[in-house]
Parts: sequence; structure tokens; C-alpha cells
Amino acid sequence: MNDPLVLDANAVAGDLVELFGFEMTAATHRCAHCGYVAAVGTLLAWTHGPGVILRCSTCREVVVRFVRTPTRTYLDVSGAAYLEMRRR
Amino acid sequence: MPEPLAWQIATVTGIRAETPQVTSFALALPAWRAHRAGQHYDVRLTAPAGYQAQRSYSVASPPSREGQVELTIERIPDGEVSPYFHDVLEVGDRVEVRGPIGGYFVWEPDLGGPLLLIAGGSGVVPLMAMLRERSASASSVPAVLLTSARTVEDLIYRDELTALAAADGLHVIQTLTRSQPPGWTGYARRIDQPMLSEALAAAGATPLAYICGPTLLVEAAANGLVELRVPPAQVRTERFGPTS
Repeated sequence: MNDPLVLDANAVAGDLVELFGFEMTAATHRCAHCGYVAAVGTLLAWTHGPGVILRCSTCREVVVRFVRTPTRTYLDVSGAAYLEMRRR
Repeated sequence: MPEPLAWQIATVTGIRAETPQVTSFALALPAWRAHRAGQHYDVRLTAPAGYQAQRSYSVASPPSREGQVELTIERIPDGEVSPYFHDVLEVGDRVEVRGPIGGYFVWEPDLGGPLLLIAGGSGVVPLMAMLRERSASASSVPAVLLTSARTVEDLIYRDELTALAAADGLHVIQTLTRSQPPGWTGYARRIDQPMLSEALAAAGATPLAYICGPTLLVEAAANGLVELRVPPAQVRTERFGPTS
């Protein structure tokens, strides 16, 4: 990975709170593509398009995508085999 | 645990220049909550026509400072938000923020150590919150800070780090990549494997590593630590994007 514009999921942690209702970067995910298990905060973030793309730090495949229109939010987490978070 | 993340109107209570391009802004918050060192706030500016620009800025102050947070912000010349802070904002002005945000790139004394902190440029800001919290809580966790800046004038928190090194057992390693003043005893090149090895040896076995700064620096340092057999799960990273 050699792209200086790439951020990580920490940069969109506020957006993730909006989507999920609680802090998500410390949650664990399993990449559906390569099986890597790590904190959501490790996901690489592409934030310069209309939506946000979060990719696996190991295999670079898409794990999470979300985009907002003036009235709707679209969230695709099909790249995560599971999400694991603290109960509250 | 409820996690309200509503926007609120903060009031600027203090402005302090750190370097020619970096300034700290103290904000009083009506709905203040204690943050965790390493967390950030989102800042949102709204133009009269309704256009909004939003950026994230790391908290530099320790959580023990009630009712306020201090954000240390680098001026990005063509930025949408940071020039407003540097060129327009004055004490008493109000600005829209939400936070504290983040749960991955955080440290608190219960997590222990040793701490191996690596920063490029303004990436030192969240790490400074960790060091200030370590000091405020009288934590005895060993800590090493490896920082890279272009010139000595660009070293953020220079005097405070010197004081922490003298009084608080903090081991500081600094490198200046563009120019060095006469008598400079630190490094004079980009962070590389020998520097990482020295920092790792000073921190001790299996440290908790936090790396923050420009994306390419963070990538190189994180890969370098893993090559030096630091377990990847012990290496936390926060990328700030391109160098300014």
C-alpha cells in the first residue's frame, strides 16, 4: 500500500457511531475474504469519494462501505464475516 | 454505556502557538465528557450558504482536565478547516464539535505498557495526550517516544517533552529530516530500522506500540516494528493522510 491519501477507520469513527449507535473501532471483525481477525480500527479507509470504503489491512478487499444521500444511509458490511462487540 | 455523540457548540478559551504551523486551541464544552487519551473530536464548519466541512482533530490534553479539551491543529495551507482555526478564530469564538470519538487508538493507565510511541509531525498530538495522562496518573509504565519533524522549529511540545524526559523517565528520540541546528545530537534522516531498533530496545520486550502521522510514515514504521517481531496486535496505527 503506497497511497498517501489512505486513512484508517479511526478517521470515520464518528460516522461509525452514527451508523451503529456506539463506538465501533474497538470492535473486532473477521474479513470475509481472507479470514483476518482484527479491530475495526485497523481497516484502511478511502474517504475521498462520495462514500466511504473500508478495506482489510491484510488482503485489501472491501469489508465495509457506506454512503449517505440527503435522506438515506446505505451500509454494506458483506465483506465482514462477523462483527464482535461488547454487550451493553 | 450510553454514547451520545451530539454536535455541541464549544467556546474557544485559549490559543497557544506551538510551532510556526501548529497551534493549540482550548475549547470549553457545555456537554463535556472525560475522553480517553488518543481520542479525537470532529469539528464542523458551516458556510452561510449551508456548505459544511468536517475534520477530525486529536485531543492533546489529558482527560483529567475537566470541562475542556485542547486540540492541537496543524495549518494545512489549502485545507478547508485548519486555516479557519489559525487565521480567523479568536478567544471567545464558538465552534461546532462532537466527541470524544474513537476506541481503538487509545491508551489508559490500566492498559499498562511499556509504551512505544512513534510520530511524524502532528501525529505526536494523540501520543502527547497519552504521555500527559501517564504523567497525570503517576503511571510508572516505561515510555519511549520517537518523533520525526522537518526542522527543530517544527518539533511540537519540544520544551514539555524535554521536561518529561528529565522528570518522568520518558525516553525521547528525535529526528529532523530537513535541517538540523548546530549542535543537534538527534538523528538527521527519516525514521528507519536502526532507529526503530533503538526505540524498541529502550522500550523493552513486547511493548504496546502507537504510531501516528502521515500515512506513508505510519505504514513504514508499523511494517518495521513487525519485522522486528513486535506482534501485529500490539501495534496500533492512526493515519493522518498525506504530509502537508
